[in-house]
Amino acid sequence: MSVPRFRVVAEHALLIDFADALSETAHAAVLRLDRALAAAPPPGFIEAVPAYVSLLVDFDPLMTDHATIAAAVRRALVQDAAPLVAGQRREVPVCYDGDCQRDLAEVAERTGLTPEAVIAAHLAGDYKVFLYGFAPGYAYLAGVPAAIALPRKPAPVRAVPAGSVIIAGPQCLITTLTMPTGWWIIGRTPTRVLTGRPERPFLFDVGDSVVFRRVDRPTFERLTREART
Amino acid sequence: MSEAVFRIVAAGPHVSVQDGGRPGLMRYGVPASGAMDRLALRFANRALGNPEGAAAIEISIGGLLVECLAGAVTLALAGGGFHFRHGAAAGPIWVVRTIRAGETLDVRPGYWGNWCYLAVAGQLVAPVWLGSRSTHAPSGLGGGLLATAGEFTVADAEVRPDREGDLVLPFNARPSLVYPVVMGPQERCFPPSALAALLSSPFVLTDSYDRMGVRLAGPTLTPVDALAIPSEAVVRGSIQVGGDGAATVLLADHQTTGGYPKIATLVASAVDSFAQVRPRAPVRFRAIDTAAAVRLARRQAAVERGVLAALDRR
Repeated sequence: MSVPRFRVVAEHALLIDFADALSETAHAAVLRLDRALAAAPPPGFIEAVPAYVSLLVDFDPLMTDHATIAAAVRRALVQDAAPLVAGQRREVPVCYDGDCQRDLAEVAERTGLTPEAVIAAHLAGDYKVFLYGFAPGYAYLAGVPAAIALPRKPAPVRAVPAGSVIIAGPQCLITTLTMPTGWWIIGRTPTRVLTGRPERPFLFDVGDSVVFRRVDRPTFERLTREART
Repeated sequence: MSEAVFRIVAAGPHVSVQDGGRPGLMRYGVPASGAMDRLALRFANRALGNPEGAAAIEISIGGLLVECLAGAVTLALAGGGFHFRHGAAAGPIWVVRTIRAGETLDVRPGYWGNWCYLAVAGQLVAPVWLGSRSTHAPSGLGGGLLATAGEFTVADAEVRPDREGDLVLPFNARPSLVYPVVMGPQERCFPPSALAALLSSPFVLTDSYDRMGVRLAGPTLTPVDALAIPSEAVVRGSIQVGGDGAATVLLADHQTTGGYPKIATLVASAVDSFAQVRPRAPVRFRAIDTAAAVRLARRQAAVERGVLAALDRR
């Protein structure tokens, strides 16, 4: 098997696949290719969508075709790529108190930890934005410590509010919409990933690192009020 | 500048503001959205001399009944085999008419098609999100859903008698019985029997149908290689197969990533037509290679340009 593999998607995209399973090396390769294409987009390029181990390159079939885009991707892959610039470090306040969470006790029970130890483990995680997916502003953060990595719930819970901090397996997410989720709801943040600011509508870039900071309930409420104004 | 104001007497589910969409934001989890049948939207706008991607009202098979409260505006109706009633007048859509204060307009589904577009000679007033008035239905962000008892306004409303009259139904407006697909990107996850079943058996669209996608009923397409592919970007037209072996075709408001294998992908130039296939109607899939798919897209684009240009010669 040669890496990466090129897979065709209808008449308008190529999926460039760097591995079969999650790996840091493959994700770094995805980000390098993404940056190389953004720096010098081939004619007919529309957008590139990074994921864990693959990059989707969407193009206009009226202007170009799979072979031409594949050749441009091969050139981008062998370029002396500029070293990956480290992403920005983003601090996100989280309240773990009262009705900001609903699953801390159950996560504690299932992991054999105390709720305080679950919080400490969550705060100690080394988080990185791997991709946005699923719905607008859903940034998948990998880096949840193994001690609190649980499989998702068997059935989703409905109407989980926006701003919930949820975990499943090695992943953590800040929800942006009121939606059902089968992930574990351990806290709530006043931070809005969909910022509502036209000049920067999405808080994170893929590759950013995220640090969670614990806040108490009054601080959470104050920051939530400030975020609204 | 004059304004026309409408009261929504009754709106079915899934009636929303849509425009040419917001492409280029998939990396932030945002699908392009926009009209389910983009050709019909362009057609309705072009019939009024508007930019083809201007915001319009997308009417579902739930229908829409509105009353003009104030002002007057010329409007175009195109997409699907819907019917209208406007005062004493009634008939098939694909028409340009002028509605005035005190009049009502009722748009109802006919025998074919899921989506119809009401474009206006003026600007439909609706919120912009990320550069577009298209409604992302799962979140309600963008122009928004139309709800019974609400109102909407057309700014810079114009009466254009020169544009009024019947529109010729484009020959390519009706849905087809067979849709072209390119196999993959995960056809390797399926046994030869599933690949053969996709191309040899009819599938029926189910009622699990919304702007995010439609689930198909048909042969079970169980993947061999379990469902462990890392989540990756998906597109409008992806045919993904869940753990139960049932196929879902992703549409305008699709999720942007998914970990289910995609057995095949509808050719994008056929997705608009596919969106007009009614639930419970049968479809078949035909595999073509990428070179043929690119040729088809180019031919289709030329045909669409011709159909739209003909509107200027009315």
